[in-house]
Amino acid sequence: MVCLIILIAFYLIGIFGPVIAGMYGISPYTLDSNAISDFAGRPVADFGGITPAHPLGVEWGTGRDIFAQLLFGLRISLIISTTATLITVTIGVLIGIIAGYARGITDNLLGRLMDLILAFPFLLIVLALSGVLTDRLTELGVPEGNASRVLYLILVMSFFGWPYLARIVRGQVLSLRECEFVEAAVSMGAGRRRILFTEILPNLWAPILVYATLTLPSYIGLEAALSFLGVSVIPPDTTFGAMLAQSVTYFNVVPTYLFIPGTVLVILVVSFNLFGDSLRDALDPKGGH
Amino acid sequence: MAAYVVRRLILMVALLFVLTAAVFVLFTLLPGDPARLTCGKACSAQTIEANRHRLGYDQPILTQYEEFLSGLFVGRTFSADSPEPIVCNAPCLGYSFTRHEQVLTLIAKAAPTTFWLAIGAFIMWIITGISLGIFAALNHGHWPDRLVMGISLVGYSLPSFFIGLVLIFFVVIKWSWLPFPSYVSPFDNPFQFLQTMILPWIVLAVLNTAFYMRLTRNQVLETLNEDYVRTARAKGLPERTVVVKHALRAGLTPLVTAAGMDLAYLLGGAIITESIFNLPGLGALAVSSVLESDLPLITGITLVTSTVIIVANLVVDLLYAVIDPRVRLA
Repeated sequence: MVCLIILIAFYLIGIFGPVIAGMYGISPYTLDSNAISDFAGRPVADFGGITPAHPLGVEWGTGRDIFAQLLFGLRISLIISTTATLITVTIGVLIGIIAGYARGITDNLLGRLMDLILAFPFLLIVLALSGVLTDRLTELGVPEGNASRVLYLILVMSFFGWPYLARIVRGQVLSLRECEFVEAAVSMGAGRRRILFTEILPNLWAPILVYATLTLPSYIGLEAALSFLGVSVIPPDTTFGAMLAQSVTYFNVVPTYLFIPGTVLVILVVSFNLFGDSLRDALDPKGGH
Repeated sequence: MAAYVVRRLILMVALLFVLTAAVFVLFTLLPGDPARLTCGKACSAQTIEANRHRLGYDQPILTQYEEFLSGLFVGRTFSADSPEPIVCNAPCLGYSFTRHEQVLTLIAKAAPTTFWLAIGAFIMWIITGISLGIFAALNHGHWPDRLVMGISLVGYSLPSFFIGLVLIFFVVIKWSWLPFPSYVSPFDNPFQFLQTMILPWIVLAVLNTAFYMRLTRNQVLETLNEDYVRTARAKGLPERTVVVKHALRAGLTPLVTAAGMDLAYLLGGAIITESIFNLPGLGALAVSSVLESDLPLITGITLVTSTVIIVANLVVDLLYAVIDPRVRLA
């Protein structure tokens, strides 16, 4: 349960990040020319410019605070991964239930659609479409810049993510629909919607919950990978992946640029995975090996 | 069996057909004017129009798609009415005007790197993953099991680019154990090849090893609880025979599916690993094609990689039906 506490802490930090940064008197957007030297913009203090004013150092060249960047980056990362997970789960459950309950042609069509989506090289498509689709979102009235980029990431992650859950749900529904309580509901004249959402859905919440807690960390990792490749938010905003991508230029001189955001990212993902695992052990009697 | 194979083949061809259409439509969404992308900034309107015509971008989208499809089977010729037409033999995936080369040639050049990367990592993670998984299952509940599962959880959570950067930092920069990666073919310089590939192999293997340890452990544990294993023990077979012949054989069959698909995904190019280690494989080619907005190349790579995945899906299913007699071929 330690991991649950860590996760709650991460979310609180994510929510109150700007407040914390404000109280500490740092901001990810403020350039601090005193913290870097005139020569090549190298941070003045050791370990990437760690001083009482900048507890985790400053960025090379601009002097922007690393701690503040982490706080704001965590926030963006959590917003993207949490929203994408919610959308993925909603679509996945909905389509999974429909496919499993309807069977026949509907099931077949949905199954092939899932095959098709899963056959696409996901990363490549996300990279290839990022420019165009972000522009399209801006045309549709989403504020330009990082708001569009964040929305784009949420949408593509959800679009390519739902088939996995839909398959699991479909399998469960296939066996659940033969259960006696469903038959009973049918014989009592319950409508299709009632059977799907009041009779069958409550029996699915355990696998859905487990799947969601394990999807979230994978989305955090995915967002990090994408921002590492330059698809996610652009400066002055930043996330884990972008910070790591930037560290590549300097890490032979300033290793903390690599290790600080990297370690935070790993702790975050490990806690989520641990939590998901213990949740599965608790909810699934068969998985209790 | 034969009927099943035929049915699956027909389905696969249909899926591939839909895939070409989907990829084609998807990429017409790309930057407004594809002809504008065929030459640099100092391009005159005249050249752009000429290129548009040469590439067939001035035709309706359905005609373009038809030409693309027929190119796959019978080949096609670009700029047929110019003095130097570009002949693209079947299977023609298109012609990259940014690089002045056929898409298929470009892909064929990059493919070996990706192939070696995938195969090496695959061998590594299958061996370590499965043996550690069995080891954990046989020590179920004791500390070796917990240790292996702990390692697996952490390994599973590490982002590949972070592992890659940390490895480069320590092994290449800090300790200078290895030179900075620079790819050569294993046939030209096997030693430098190994020096370059070892770190990327480790990066790709770590993630998958973690997953396979877990999968193997759970599978073996499940079969160890089966009735027939109890029967085998009860009739006095030595523990070794029970584990190897009875539990492992049945327990490891499901791994075939996972392994086949994971290998197929890797063969499509490991974008992140290739870009960190400067490997000129399909993943790196894909990234640069995106950066250069090289439409024909992007389309070509997407088609090839998704075809690999779809074919692998079929192969794995068929293989599975052969190994596991319980699979119903309906």
